[in-house]
Amino acid sequence: MTSVCAVVIKNLTKDYGDTKAVDRLSLSIPEAEVFGLLGPNGSGKTTTINCLTGLLKPTEGTIEVGGLDVQTDGVKARRIMGVSPQETAVYSYLTGKENVRLFGELYSVPKKSLGGRVDYVLEKVGLMDDAGRRVSKYSGGMKRRVSIAMALVTDPKIVLLDEPTVGMDPQSRRAVWDFIVELKDKGKTVVLTTHYMEEAEELCDRVGIIDHGKLIALGTPAELKAKYEARNLEDVFIQLTGRTIREGA
Amino acid sequence: MKVGRALALAKKDWKRIFREPAFLFIIILFPVMMTVAFGTSFGAVGGSQATVFNVGIVSLGPGANSTTASQFVGDLRATGVISTQNFADNRTAQSALSQGKLQGVILLPSTFDSTVQSFRSYPNEPRQWVNSTVSLYLDKGSLLSAQTIPSIVGQVLQQGVLGTKTVVAATPFTVASPSLVKVEGTSMFTMFAPGLFAFASIYMIMMVAQTYTAERENGLLSRLLVTPTTSADVIMGSVISYLVIGLVQALLVLACVFALGYHPATDMVGLLVGFLIVTVFALCNIGFGLITAAIAKSAGAATGISFLFLMPQLFLGTFVGAALSGTAQAAGRFVPAYYVTDALTSLFTRGAAVTSQTVLTDLAVVSASSVIILLVGIEVFKRFAKT
Repeated sequence: MTSVCAVVIKNLTKDYGDTKAVDRLSLSIPEAEVFGLLGPNGSGKTTTINCLTGLLKPTEGTIEVGGLDVQTDGVKARRIMGVSPQETAVYSYLTGKENVRLFGELYSVPKKSLGGRVDYVLEKVGLMDDAGRRVSKYSGGMKRRVSIAMALVTDPKIVLLDEPTVGMDPQSRRAVWDFIVELKDKGKTVVLTTHYMEEAEELCDRVGIIDHGKLIALGTPAELKAKYEARNLEDVFIQLTGRTIREGA
Repeated sequence: MKVGRALALAKKDWKRIFREPAFLFIIILFPVMMTVAFGTSFGAVGGSQATVFNVGIVSLGPGANSTTASQFVGDLRATGVISTQNFADNRTAQSALSQGKLQGVILLPSTFDSTVQSFRSYPNEPRQWVNSTVSLYLDKGSLLSAQTIPSIVGQVLQQGVLGTKTVVAATPFTVASPSLVKVEGTSMFTMFAPGLFAFASIYMIMMVAQTYTAERENGLLSRLLVTPTTSADVIMGSVISYLVIGLVQALLVLACVFALGYHPATDMVGLLVGFLIVTVFALCNIGFGLITAAIAKSAGAATGISFLFLMPQLFLGTFVGAALSGTAQAAGRFVPAYYVTDALTSLFTRGAAVTSQTVLTDLAVVSASSVIILLVGIEVFKRFAKT
């Protein structure tokens, strides 16, 4: 039996002048998979995510999301995606609930179901009690959780989470992890980037390690650990990308 | 583009204005404060503030000593705003003017009487008219006299001597800046009030620039663009929100100037057309705001750069325009705010009809320039503002 692919990246290349941020990356992510895109700072993870969302135009290659070409069918493709970007991009002068509701309206979620959906995602990220407070009063972790709720208010088929748990305390992180597992159980496809290897190991069905814009490893955490004879995913990561500290986003 | 999305974004902008003190101050409180400050400082309150200008009259020939010329001088005095003093020659009058004893000098041409008679005989046959120029010399240091005297002279010539009941497109007289000013109780605030409407709206440039720059800086614009929201939705959201804000500003300024004693000399239709012009002008400010946001690298820089667009509009296009040099006043013709102030002055102060050539021309210029500037702003922002 062959599984249907939610995301198909073919030969993706993104140049910034002489710099290749992404270099001929090809990848297929089946439906209902949690896929982790790992890599050091500046390796090309966020550029790949930005190409996936249609925010960046690839220099070469194609990306299909849910069978839709992101470049030629951008609006339709974005309708089935929920994106939580790396920056905590939330409106500080709105309340948590208003932020989530606004994104529901932008996705044209029907009014009669919007209220229930907003409450549901806020509950899932543990913000129901603070939903009426302005985001400017939130901690960094709370802002992050609002950002995730904004991405999920539309119940998207494909979820892109760029470093979703940065700055969260263990309780908040666990709530987000549980939510991601629930999304997978519901048949959603989740693509996430993270620097937390234990997070990738806990959540991801497969991970891809990217460095200098190239995909250098791909497989389940167990497969990669076995292949590189490592105790955990972090050791695999260090083996493949080295110990040199990287600068840049 | 989807209206629902644009409205959702507009609602978000409105919430910002009422929740962020800096925005609330610039958009709502600042125009109100300025209006009250100008009203109290320039004679709108505190009882009778009518200013009397001393004007020298010089007759340049026999026709200037006629009954019609006497009627003209009498009508000037009857306004209660101008007191006259006859001078035997221009040199003596100029000397008095330069010494500050007068605020202006009016030279009555020798053809004055024949001009009036020709108009009275053939009011609808301009070919039969004997054309004359009434020359004015004004104290350039006095903003109020520079604004008021030409207007009063124009009004008295038209409605008094020539006996026209309404604004007419042409008369045989040429005055420096003829206009029809309601002279009773004229104060400097009467001259300033129409400009306050444009003044309030101009600060939108700063708000739009700051909003877009900040949203770009913290990734919100990018985030919007990874939803089904299009650039057109985002821009339309801004247009809707700032058009409403422009209307609210106009209503607030009107309420303030009314409370301070400035009662627009127009009817409900005139007020609506005035509000329409101010509202359309908001598009221009959104356009300048977008251009600013495209250039600025941060919200702080946007505030500074916005003054590049804000100051010319302020100095050349609002109430201070008349006090500037001839060159600066000519430059004002290239500033959209000039046409807003001109139209509102015509409607609210001169009592011009909404169908008058001045108002219609101003409306056309404001509309066309605002749409062009908005389109340029959208294009510049799309090209140069990396989200």
